[in-house]
Amino acid sequence: MSGTLDVIVRMVLTLALAMASASMLVWVERRLLAAFQDRYGPNRVGPFGLLQLVADSIKLFTKEDWTPPFADRVPFILAPTIIVATGLLSFAVVPFTAAGALVDLNIGVLYFLALSSLSVYSIMLAGMASNSKYSLLGAVRAAGQMISYELAMGLSVASVVALAGSFNLREIVAAQEGLPYVVLQPVAFLIFLIAGLAESKRSPFDLPEAENEIVAGYHTEYSSMKFAFFFLGEYLALVLFSSIATALFLGGGNGPWLPTIVWFAIKMAAIIYVFIWVRATFPRVRYDRLMAFGWKILVPVAILNLLVTGALVVARSAGG
Amino acid sequence: MTVLFYASAAVATVASLLAVTRTQALHALLYLVLALFAVALCFLSLGAPFLAALEVIVYAGAIMVLILFVMMMLNLGPESWARERHLLPRHAWLVPAIMASALVLLTLFAVLSAPQQATQAASVGPKAVGVALFSTYLIGVELASVLLLVGLVGAYYLGAKK
Repeated sequence: MSGTLDVIVRMVLTLALAMASASMLVWVERRLLAAFQDRYGPNRVGPFGLLQLVADSIKLFTKEDWTPPFADRVPFILAPTIIVATGLLSFAVVPFTAAGALVDLNIGVLYFLALSSLSVYSIMLAGMASNSKYSLLGAVRAAGQMISYELAMGLSVASVVALAGSFNLREIVAAQEGLPYVVLQPVAFLIFLIAGLAESKRSPFDLPEAENEIVAGYHTEYSSMKFAFFFLGEYLALVLFSSIATALFLGGGNGPWLPTIVWFAIKMAAIIYVFIWVRATFPRVRYDRLMAFGWKILVPVAILNLLVTGALVVARSAGG
Repeated sequence: MTVLFYASAAVATVASLLAVTRTQALHALLYLVLALFAVALCFLSLGAPFLAALEVIVYAGAIMVLILFVMMMLNLGPESWARERHLLPRHAWLVPAIMASALVLLTLFAVLSAPQQATQAASVGPKAVGVALFSTYLIGVELASVLLLVGLVGAYYLGAKK
């Protein structure tokens, strides 16, 4: 019985932490962007504007929750829940603590890839069910970009899996005890980060919601809490990608003196900082260039990287 | 695990039926995705987690998404649903239904008359699958890759034509 209780407590804690950090990121990102652009950012509500989140939630809660009469009702309502559900489910395999992840899944990496490929449905359903041209255009862009970059991401992850010899995230972290894989696999790390930016539809790859061309893209017709779900889903994706990158390339919670979870949080925060920094630095890419970059540069480089890694792994195991 | 298997098998069957009978293409496709999920769960309950994950990644996460992608471009509206309904009147279902139920009865008979074996609960890991694919089933893997290459070259030819 106590085992069940323990599992439930850990589940609730993981979900609460994921949700809390995703929502806090809204404020963090706005403040950081402001700092990058020499402004103050939101600093009125509470100390340092920390309660901005509360104000935003009250605003979103009290807005009219509207389903357009021309929308396909069920998929329209289903779409925002899918993105949050896939995001939260993925956290089950992230090894935050020394004890490992919530579920010590043998195919943890594949589980993460499967859920991230399913999150595309949320965007496509939103775009199709909205029955609006801006939503549709946004969804077509988002789907094209996510399918393309998923490939590069999978290939970059595969080279880490080849090195560690396991799909289990806990074992991958354990294999980096002495040396994090970012040193051995710098190319894969870079590809993973770029693909992560594209998968979470963040600037400079935020064409699906390019406001000066297609209003707000796939969530144009959404309001109130349904819109908030898309918002939350995007920040959850950001937290998720940074945590997976930490586990795959930065050695997870490995580190001296501090407890595992603190090291994990520090490494995650560093990656999130880079993501926000990139957003403040780079302008939006043109869509054809985005696709060309994904297919003609990122995928071939990832394949080459995987080939070399595989050859080295085989040579090493044959040599000794 | 047995409960999980039968529950997901039931979901797979119902979802597949609904995928065939829906007249709105989007809804049919969503039911098909659900059916693929249920089949993945069947694999999982039979001790093949690697196959289950690949089922979701490849079928639900890639192939179905591409079909949905094409559907987005087609702009299917109420007219197309009406046309679809017109294409499939009640009596059109009669012969396929008889044939399918005969098949179901035959399969049931075959399953029930076969000697009962205890299902082994051993889970097959990714490594074992990889080893099997590249030793016992090597020819199959190579043939499949040649087939994919043919498809790739064909697509390139069609795309480069104009």
